[in-house]
Amino acid sequence: MTTEKTYTVPTMADLAATNEEPEILFWVGCAGSFDDRYKRVTIAFVRILNHVGIKFAVLGPEETCTGDPARRAGNEFLFQMQAVANIQVLNGYNVKKIVTACPHCFNTLKNEYPELGGNYDVVHHSQFLQGLIDEGRIKVKDGESFKGRKITFHDSCYLGRANKVYEAPRDVLAALDADLVEMKRVRANGLCCGAGGGQYFKEPEPGNKDVNVERVEEALATGADTIAVACPFCMTMMSDGVKNKNKEDTVRVYDISELIAQKQGL
Amino acid sequence: MEIIQQILFVAALAAVVWYISKRVRLISRAIKLGRPENRYDHAGERLKTMVLVAFGQKKMFTNLLVGLMHFVIYAGFIIINIEILEIILDGILGTHRLFAPSITPVYSILIDIFELLAFGVLSVCVVFLCRRFVARVARFQQERHREMTEWPRTDAAIILIAEILLMIAFLTWNASDSVLRDRGVGHYGELRGIVPDFLLSQYLKPLFTNFSDTALIAYERTAWRLHILGILAFAIYVTYSKHLHIALGFPNVYFSDLQPKGEMQNMPEITKEVQLALGLPLSTNADGSQANDNGEQPGESASGVDSPADIGRFGAKDVYDLKWINLMNAYSCTECGRCTSACPANITGKQLSPRKIMMDTRDRLEDIRRGWQANGDDYKDDKSLLGDYITAEEINACTTCQACINACPININPLDIILQLRRYRVMEESQAPASWNAMFSNIENNMAPWKFSPSDRFNWADQVND
Repeated sequence: MTTEKTYTVPTMADLAATNEEPEILFWVGCAGSFDDRYKRVTIAFVRILNHVGIKFAVLGPEETCTGDPARRAGNEFLFQMQAVANIQVLNGYNVKKIVTACPHCFNTLKNEYPELGGNYDVVHHSQFLQGLIDEGRIKVKDGESFKGRKITFHDSCYLGRANKVYEAPRDVLAALDADLVEMKRVRANGLCCGAGGGQYFKEPEPGNKDVNVERVEEALATGADTIAVACPFCMTMMSDGVKNKNKEDTVRVYDISELIAQKQGL
Repeated sequence: MEIIQQILFVAALAAVVWYISKRVRLISRAIKLGRPENRYDHAGERLKTMVLVAFGQKKMFTNLLVGLMHFVIYAGFIIINIEILEIILDGILGTHRLFAPSITPVYSILIDIFELLAFGVLSVCVVFLCRRFVARVARFQQERHREMTEWPRTDAAIILIAEILLMIAFLTWNASDSVLRDRGVGHYGELRGIVPDFLLSQYLKPLFTNFSDTALIAYERTAWRLHILGILAFAIYVTYSKHLHIALGFPNVYFSDLQPKGEMQNMPEITKEVQLALGLPLSTNADGSQANDNGEQPGESASGVDSPADIGRFGAKDVYDLKWINLMNAYSCTECGRCTSACPANITGKQLSPRKIMMDTRDRLEDIRRGWQANGDDYKDDKSLLGDYITAEEINACTTCQACINACPININPLDIILQLRRYRVMEESQAPASWNAMFSNIENNMAPWKFSPSDRFNWADQVND
């Protein structure tokens, strides 16, 4: 990173104190806030936002779980308690536009909050980054060269099948000028990492294999040295799968925003 | 003599119509056991989906070759059935090839097309039998999929063999008829010079050259009857079979989900409780408008949400708690197993199979239907879909990845059933796996699914300049 630059993370409360409104609210999500690995993704994305000069804000300590894992596990009551409380906070700040790096938060905020009174323009960070690249606001230069590196992208179910966002993350990766290779099961036919539907929070049922191992085998078969993801749960599952295959020294798992930050030298 | 045959034919036809209408009433009664839900909205979008996915079979072409083969059977069956009109009229009126004299040149072109399609259907059915029983495509095998018990496999074989026999009857009927016409036998000779030999059946004529006139007439009549009675019997059979998709596939696609696949259906009865719990004013309809006095959603005939008696149970324990579209899905499923082949849980050896979820739902409905027929319409047994048919282990294994919905050629949604069953397990029976209960209490107490202090949530920001 460039030493002279200081990155800032304003909260909605900070802005409200000076009667300001951000262009966009960055919904960090629980994994982005607490998970050590995914905090690095949050930081990479915040640096990009700073670098590009987007006027953004986060909820900070006022953010809470969207309720997605509770809902998928069957606890509708808990989900709605979370959702209604979050909507009160979001509406209280008059939030219009939200970006998030978590496809589960993205899906819930975008598709499931409106019926409970929360209507926002919600984008996933892959779409947001794609927009910045298309507008020429992200200029990929300075940093790391990706020339000749093989990258494969793992579709997140809640970004892809759930919301038909297949091209945005690929377009972002294309900006790296790397060699993009596809797995056998991609886009609408993409294979889950095994974490969705509350699986992340419990042991899998008895079977003959773990889903993430099945998926990582497919990713490794492409010969890629980088597995790109766009979801905190996919991140953990794919990283664990790579470890399971003893490939952690040669194959790395990165979020698309980390790769862009690397490319920009942030 | 002729008149007796006509009377018998009309009687058979009437019996089949009566029986099928009885079956249709029973199946629609079973589907209506489900909860009401309005699926008559967005007619334009629904129609478009039906044209593409049902009529155009868009999703079948994921595998081009299989898609083409299935299309041959589908188109063949629909188009050849135009001929049924003439066959039925011939049967009622005691005529022979009623339309031939009046539409002469078109008639033979039509029959030529039917014959081509019949040959196509026949060939594809042979290929499909081979795929199932010789090449042993994995998704059809019991060793790999425990729901593929004897009946589903027999059902598939019966359908394919029946279709092959029907097509053979059609082609050899045309051939024997052509020979009779050549020989100028009885009324068959009347069409001599008017109806030429047909495209494919002309090559089958040598089979019949050694037949006496009497034997030939006997064969011609038998083949004709086998074809038409076979079709009528097949129509009855279909209502008991996975093959019902040939009829229900169309409405099933029309009424299928329009919202994004990731969107879970809201439970308005819970919204009300949550708003009460949080001391908020009661509101929230889909469009954000005030609920009316009965608390009814506009355009929805679901019971109101005011009194607890109206709420029923949370989630689904049995088919009565599911929505009618879930039940129509079950009757429309043709057990192809594309969902199960795409299911990450199933691929990795877990008990969950989306196809089994649909088959179990249908089996449950059919058991209830048998109960009605044996013990009267008010009969209820003490079984339930969750527990007696589908286990908690199966539904707990789902990653909600929606690959099953994506894979289904007719937009069946097994995930919706799984999630409703989960809601029952968790909210009515408090039977979530222990680590899910821990996750729930973390969300409740720490506002995150993990046991971190909520006050540490923003600590990451300290590292942005590291």
